[in-house]
Amino acid sequence: MKHESIETNAGLLIVLTLIVISIGGLVEIVPLYFIESTIEKVEVEGKETIHPYSPLELRGRDIYQREGCYTCHSQMIRPFRDEALRYGHYSLAAESKFDHPFQWGSKRTGPDLARVGGKYSNEWHVQHLIAPRSVVKESIMPNYPWLMKSLNYKNVRDRMRALKMVGVPYSENTAEYEANVKRFGEDVAKNLDILRAEENLLAQAASGNYDGKADDVTEMDAIVAYLQLLGTMVDFSKFDDGHFADFR
Amino acid sequence: MSSEKSKPTVQTTGHAWDGDLQEFNNPLPTWWLWTFYATVVFAIIYWVLYPAWPVGGSYTKGMMNDITYTTADGKTKTTHWNTRALLLKEMQIAREEQAEYLKDINALSFEQIRSKPEKSAFANSMAKVLFADNCAACHQSGGDGVMGRYPNLLDDAWLWGGSFDKIQETIANGRTGSMPGFKASLSTKQISDVSDYVLSLSGNEADAAAVKRGQAIFSGQGGCAACHGADAKGQDFMGSANLTDKIWTIADVSGAETAAAKKEAVMNVVKNGKTRVMPAWKGRLSATEIKILTYYVHQLGGGK
Ligand code: HEC
Ligand code: HEC
Ligand code: HEC
Repeated sequence: MKHESIETNAGLLIVLTLIVISIGGLVEIVPLYFIESTIEKVEVEGKETIHPYSPLELRGRDIYQREGCYTCHSQMIRPFRDEALRYGHYSLAAESKFDHPFQWGSKRTGPDLARVGGKYSNEWHVQHLIAPRSVVKESIMPNYPWLMKSLNYKNVRDRMRALKMVGVPYSENTAEYEANVKRFGEDVAKNLDILRAEENLLAQAASGNYDGKADDVTEMDAIVAYLQLLGTMVDFSKFDDGHFADFR
Repeated sequence: MSSEKSKPTVQTTGHAWDGDLQEFNNPLPTWWLWTFYATVVFAIIYWVLYPAWPVGGSYTKGMMNDITYTTADGKTKTTHWNTRALLLKEMQIAREEQAEYLKDINALSFEQIRSKPEKSAFANSMAKVLFADNCAACHQSGGDGVMGRYPNLLDDAWLWGGSFDKIQETIANGRTGSMPGFKASLSTKQISDVSDYVLSLSGNEADAAAVKRGQAIFSGQGGCAACHGADAKGQDFMGSANLTDKIWTIADVSGAETAAAKKEAVMNVVKNGKTRVMPAWKGRLSATEIKILTYYVHQLGGGK
């Protein structure tokens, strides 16, 4: 093909340009799918401890995305000393393997949230989300008072099915359920059952009562349940210091 | 651009658009070309030294085998360059450097730390950073708390005990303080009376007859005495507040201007109750860090 025929044909020029620049990305990304240690294996007593979100946590995550929390908060603790001291253990690739899309983020106006689970009480989160400056005077985080409204969970099954299509192991029949029991243990597997999604969501909201209001399942219940889970799925006391370095 | 229409000495690519629009074909500047060659050489050296090329299910690890750290079983391990191992090494070096100080902090009792100004200063400066990162969101950066929500750690009233051991237990295991609400079991009148009694305990003015009725409810039907103690001084194994001092943690009596507002504040607590959670830190902070924080918090609020 002559150079001139490319230069005089805008459509062809665009296609060929895209091919050339995508090579730069592809050579970096594609091999990671074939390298065995890209995603760490995290198993305790034969069970994987990193599991997909329960229906309530999943709705919390949706709200986290809807509100754009990722524009100010990252969820990626890098393996640097200052970050380890402030936030805790660096994030593992495995910890976001069921996240579509992942919430690593790239801007830290506020602190990293990858290990915020368990750091504060539910009461604190509720108060802080409604009015951040009532607990942290100098905060510049916006108020999110509308999170106290009722949670719409009617379409939670469809949301789980959509994620299932991209490989998240939610179960819809006995065989898949049994496979999850083997993989994650029974307690977790129950929460991954699409057919029992609403029931599970209501049960978790009732027992957790994250927002302190017993009579209603609110968006606050969902997002606090999600925040309290962040970074808690790997019990690092069960692994040697060097264990996760061996994957690199 | 008509003035520069033709520069016959310079080569063009030979293409012409719109009749006379041409493209020069100048050679690249020398400095640019050599910089480009240098980046190629740099890349090749980099490939040899650092992890670079995928090979099957693995990748070339590079020849920079210079990261040495100590494994869990005490052996040293040297590995190819990667950020995780580098972090491990840096953390271990830092720990060794701090070891001299931390060893003493670990070995000494709280009283011994207090008696050695140098150790005490070290503990306090480290604690300030830990407190800001972990505790200030609730107890505020100065430790003065938020009335009703997060206790003030500066005063010398302690819900759960102000000895070193008690404070250490509080921080390590967390605490849940639970004051039940009485709006279902007591009438508004009874709640009003018992609140008068509570207020009278710390020297606030209250109607004498109401106080008398309130006292009976406190030790009788209300069951308040079971938790707050017959003397209403509170019990630190369950974090029930001392009601006889002038220091308040939930009912904002000291902040209320009028007698009516003071009573309202107390009645609200008795009516609705309050449950507050102090998270457990032992999974998140090391034993040494908790010890240092204990030392710091203890002296913040005239510890016992
Ligand atoms: C404009 C930027 C901004 C946005 C948007 C934002 N935050 Fe924040 N966030 C902050 C800042 C700044 C802080 C630190 C001060 C504070 O604690 O309030 C913070 C702190 C936090 C913390 C406490 C972290 C810690 O370890 O102390 C949590 C949890 C949090 N934000 C959650 C959220 C959630 C959930 C959303 C979305 C609903 C959100 N934030 C949206 C800026 C933001
Ligand atoms: C999520 C908010 C929160 C955070 C973060 C928090 N605390 Fe607390 N803390 C509380 C609450 C609430 C109480 C009161 C519990 C109760 O009502 O009995 C409390 C109680 C305490 C007490 C007991 C006070 C007393 O009067 O006996 C101490 C000591 C204490 N906290 C220290 C700390 C330290 C040190 C940290 C940081 C490592 C910390 N707290 C972080 C909420 C928090
Ligand atoms: C089951 C035990 C229990 C019973 C019964 C109980 N309390 Fe309490 N009370 C507590 C605890 C624990 C706290 C502190 C709660 C916290 O820190 O979250 C408290 C706090 C309070 C406070 C707030 C003190 C302050 O400093 O702000 C008042 C007032 C009070 N109680 C009054 C009463 C009265 C009056 C009764 C009886 C009608 C009563 N309590 C019965 C456990 C109890």
